[in-house]
Amino acid sequence: MIQPHSAPSETTTAMPIEPKPASPISFKQPLFQLESQSIGWDSKPVFENLDLTIEKGEKVAIVGKSGAGKSTLVRTLYQQQSKTAAYCGQEYGLVPSLSVFHNIYMGQLDKHHFAYNLVNLLRPFKAQVDKISPLAERLGLQESLFQSADRLSGGQQQRVAVARTLLQNKSTFIGDEPISSVDEVQSEQILELITSRHNTVILTLHNVDLALRFCNRIVGIRNGKIELDSSTKNLSASQLRSLYQD
Amino acid sequence: MPPVPLLKPDSFSRFQSTGVQKLSLSLLLVAIACLLLADTSINTSEPWQEISRIGLGMLTPTILSAPELFSSLATTLAFALLGVSVSALLGMLLAHLFEWRVVRVVSAFIRSIHELFWALLFLQVFGLSTLTGLLAIIIPYTGIFAKVYAETLEESDQTAYQLLPPQTGRWSSHLYARLMTALPQLIHYTQYRLECGIRSSSVLGFIGLPTLGFHLESYFKQGYYSEAAGVLYLFIAVVALMRFWAKRRFIMPLLIMSILWLPFQTVVNTDLILRFFGHDILPSPLRQYGLSSIEGWQQTLSWSITLWNEQALIGSWNTLILTQIALVGSGITALLLYPLISPLFFTRKKRVAGHLFLVILRSIPELILAFIILLITGPSMIPAIFALSWHNGAIIAHLIGRYTEIIKLRVDSPKGGNLYVYEVTPRIYKPFLAFLFYRWEVILRESAILGILGLHTLGFFIDSAFEELRFDRALFLILITALLNILVDSISRTIRHRLRLSTNPNVQSREI
Repeated sequence: MIQPHSAPSETTTAMPIEPKPASPISFKQPLFQLESQSIGWDSKPVFENLDLTIEKGEKVAIVGKSGAGKSTLVRTLYQQQSKTAAYCGQEYGLVPSLSVFHNIYMGQLDKHHFAYNLVNLLRPFKAQVDKISPLAERLGLQESLFQSADRLSGGQQQRVAVARTLLQNKSTFIGDEPISSVDEVQSEQILELITSRHNTVILTLHNVDLALRFCNRIVGIRNGKIELDSSTKNLSASQLRSLYQD
Repeated sequence: MPPVPLLKPDSFSRFQSTGVQKLSLSLLLVAIACLLLADTSINTSEPWQEISRIGLGMLTPTILSAPELFSSLATTLAFALLGVSVSALLGMLLAHLFEWRVVRVVSAFIRSIHELFWALLFLQVFGLSTLTGLLAIIIPYTGIFAKVYAETLEESDQTAYQLLPPQTGRWSSHLYARLMTALPQLIHYTQYRLECGIRSSSVLGFIGLPTLGFHLESYFKQGYYSEAAGVLYLFIAVVALMRFWAKRRFIMPLLIMSILWLPFQTVVNTDLILRFFGHDILPSPLRQYGLSSIEGWQQTLSWSITLWNEQALIGSWNTLILTQIALVGSGITALLLYPLISPLFFTRKKRVAGHLFLVILRSIPELILAFIILLITGPSMIPAIFALSWHNGAIIAHLIGRYTEIIKLRVDSPKGGNLYVYEVTPRIYKPFLAFLFYRWEVILRESAILGILGLHTLGFFIDSAFEELRFDRALFLILITALLNILVDSISRTIRHRLRLSTNPNVQSREI
């Protein structure tokens, strides 16, 4: 089953953020919904009685200290929408012996017939190389496109993982610290790519300035509770930093 | 100053096959070429009839004479336990001296000759005795243990060894800092070798020693397939249940029982030994003219050339052809079978069946497997190809299948064929190739020995020479086999080194 792949739009605006006014009356089911839910392990839940609703089109940053439960939360959200959402976890999950190209291509394995994938593994199709090259170029991976992933630096590996997730071309992007190992300039490029190509975005981030710039809603977590949930319009970086204090 | 070659910045921006891919492809092409050259005819008039008779026998196993069967089972186990224990001790001794070239050369030589060839040699001197069986296992196994133990000691953590007081004696430092560091791996390997020892010991029955192979061969030859199935199932059960009886605390009692069980009253005839090693195995022209005659040496040269042209060349050629086909066959078998025992592909319940299948496939000695297929297809390379590929493939599948247990997949990893092709196989491919190359020399040794079933590899000519009591020819051909084996071993080592193939798994994704 080979489905035609619609190329993602190449238009990127510098600041794609435009906080959408949440419609007061919504008959539609929200994209993500947690109602008084406990998440974690049976003996020791990370969250108790958690309520969280995320609508289509929102760009949500989840902030909080390390160990606050951000990863657990986004993974739970991903499991709710694993069909329509692309997920980029903290573990890059690269196959060390495969090239950057192949690792990125893996984001699309489900869109092609097995035989096509098999041939592409042994000898990449030009069409696929042409499709993946621009993406790799934007992430600064062009020169190592056919290097095996185990030769890459930590930051390069993370960019490959992001590229693989981008290539899935889903409407929702869920990322767990997708910029933790890259520098400031690259961070901005990556966030720009993610937010411009996805309708709904949920990210856990440590960098509060970038969270404010690229997202339109911030969810702050502390001690197993949602301590803050607000549109970015009303927030300042210093307010967010208070979440990191005990 | 010579110009520094500029690193091309785009050297990784275009697709090029990696060394591993090129190697795999060329092995495959060589194997296909060999397959075209090999004799792959089916020479029986009604293979299906034979298959159904064997199949019927396998479904209705019976035991002809229980006391006789259990006696030969006890002999099989006693040979294996004693032989493997003695060679493990000797091998450990040699492993600590492995930096000496002479130790490396000697152990390479003694392990390059298959245990059946050793048995055929000692058979001439000690007859069908305990000593023959034990020596046939101890000598090659010592060489194997020496090499593997030495490699294990080398690869284990050296920190403790380097931190010892500088005046520490050689043996104390080896004992405390090297042996003890690597002990778990060494024990694990020794247990695996015991399994091989049981296989070797039962195969010794093919040349007449009273082990299980003796009954297997005679039942199969006479077409008593139900009785053969009974022996085969008993053998598989003993190997499959090894982890229950081959425990550390049972080893001493088992060894004592083995010594008590085996008859040791061999009459060692010194004259016979001297005659055999001092006279019978010398090239016939030398015997005729005496060692000091120039004429004798000249004749020996032309004797060697004739023997080389008439037997060794064709034998080596066929052995190599079979080896290359079986090497690739084993690789393909292993890659197809490893998912059977991998938790990434099958549930626990289904994996039990997979494990059982692999145990059965790998515990049947390749000689017996080939013998069974031979009954169906008649003499050609087909039985040897299948037997070697299945047996060695099942062993490698078992090893790499276990590696997949520690692979951590990402949450959104692909499924089915894509999981197999993109996620799992690439991660285990290098260790897989390393194991395959380790087995290259094993496959060559086995290819040579399968000649005793009638295909014209080196074993066929060696076996005929022994039958004609031409021990000089047998020895010459055995030495050719050993040289071929050492050659393949060194090529394999070079390739593993070049491509940095290691059996250590490189399967885990990077974690933060």
